[in-house]
Amino acid sequence: MAERFEIRFSGAGGQGLITAGIILAEAASIIEGKHAVQSQSYGPEARGGASKSEVIISDGPIDYPKATIVDACLAMTQESADKYANGIKEGGVLLLDSDFVKKEPQGDFKVYKFPITRTAKDDLGREIVANVVALGAMIALTGAVSREAGEKAVLARVPEAFLELNKKAYALGYEKVKELMK
Amino acid sequence: MAKKVALLQGNEACAQGALYAGCKFFGGYPITPSTEVAEVLSVELPKVGGKFIQMEDEIGAMASVIGASLTGSKVLTATSGPGVSLKQELIGYACIAEVPCVIINVMRGGPSTGMPTGPGQSDVQQAKWGTHGDHAAIALVPASCQEIFSETVRAFNLAEKYRMPVQVLFDEIVGHSRERIEFPEPGELEVIDRQTPTVAPEQYKPYDTSFGDVPPLAAFGSGYRFHVTGLNKAQDGFPTTKASLVDDEQRRQLRKVDAAQAEIEKNEEYLTDDAEVVIFAYGSTSRSARYAVNELRKEGIKAGLFRPITLWPFPEKRVAELAKKAKAIVVPEMNLGQMVLEVERVAKGDCKIGFLGRVDGEPINPGQIIAKVKEVK
Repeated sequence: MAERFEIRFSGAGGQGLITAGIILAEAASIIEGKHAVQSQSYGPEARGGASKSEVIISDGPIDYPKATIVDACLAMTQESADKYANGIKEGGVLLLDSDFVKKEPQGDFKVYKFPITRTAKDDLGREIVANVVALGAMIALTGAVSREAGEKAVLARVPEAFLELNKKAYALGYEKVKELMK
Repeated sequence: MAKKVALLQGNEACAQGALYAGCKFFGGYPITPSTEVAEVLSVELPKVGGKFIQMEDEIGAMASVIGASLTGSKVLTATSGPGVSLKQELIGYACIAEVPCVIINVMRGGPSTGMPTGPGQSDVQQAKWGTHGDHAAIALVPASCQEIFSETVRAFNLAEKYRMPVQVLFDEIVGHSRERIEFPEPGELEVIDRQTPTVAPEQYKPYDTSFGDVPPLAAFGSGYRFHVTGLNKAQDGFPTTKASLVDDEQRRQLRKVDAAQAEIEKNEEYLTDDAEVVIFAYGSTSRSARYAVNELRKEGIKAGLFRPITLWPFPEKRVAELAKKAKAIVVPEMNLGQMVLEVERVAKGDCKIGFLGRVDGEPINPGQIIAKVKEVK
């Protein structure tokens, strides 16, 4: 883990990306004992339009709490890709929902993509867990926290009736990306 | 036993700090970006025998905390700039009547409604001069979730100890960012309660200076009767226009804070020992500044950070010393020049002063501070 690792989740307001950011920050700071700060874009544009959530993870105390240059970015919609898939580090990674982002952002970073929302809908029957699929995918892609810590944090956040669904969603996202990375 | 830890927003940490300090009353009116303070306390206060009231507006909210405090409770209100503006008349009332209370201001831009969801630091002079008349002011400016917790506790301590309103100002960035916090065990942080009278009710005077500059305060309902007014008053609490009494009272109210400055003041310094350029920064901007100091040091530029945690009373002595030692002081703040005026006043021309202001709703980033330091040095 680098001294300072920055991840951005972006998509449409209501897709649960702020929650995904909170879960990642909990995995890093509560379960793994690292330092983490989670923040979100918070404004009128967050209602339905593009929304983002950022997590900074570090082995030491985090001074500047906002992203400087992100190591990894997720974009679930075209609007969020246009607006937030910038400032990605050279050699960084960008994960896209291929059903919704047709015009790929260009830059000196590696792009991974799969139909994230459709995967949640088709494989699990619940579109609502697309954010957890995306979270599993981002953790697989970055190794920002361990697979186990991520799963533990997911399960600590969801109501008991939905534990199994979210566990599957997380594993699905994680494994999809591991395949893409082969 | 391992300490309880959680990932909390700054606003949530503030509410938890208030509970730790023994807050038993919250009166407020919701306003972005401070609403989570009220939200948490509306759930938690009833569990500890406290009361939560959402009032008709910010003015009513301030009135409610003054009244509740006079019954002996530790009290809190939380708002943002527009709400603090509305509260000013009653903040002055709490000053002159010497009623302990804590006011949280999660700062956004301004004036007026400004930009509700963006961060700002443009209420820092208001914290000192917002209400009319000469009065002492204490304002604390924490920069992280953990510090919001502990500084909220300290704000209650100072309010209770000095019988006055204390403001805690932080901006939307720390108010809404989530960070890990460790909950202090009971007893780990000092918790101070106000002095109550030891004399019999018939001998009690609410502004009796024979006990020092901070007279003991009786709780309504505890058998003590006294008069509370916004007028200048004599020691018995009733209005007076007698020149010597008015003069004594006004001077005492400033003196009680002036004399305790060393105790109230709290600063953090980072690499200031050999610093040629000192960055004076508070709140979330100090975090950008610390990042900038590290980057500047890598380039061989001797930068350091002076971070006031108590903003008012202003750390005059230490800033004056730094101005004598350093070539320049750079002041970044999310306003168009407020605390830089204090730095200039205290530095008295002993070093160069650089100012960096930002008011577009975005934080001051480390790169901007680095550029400013290079320009000024």
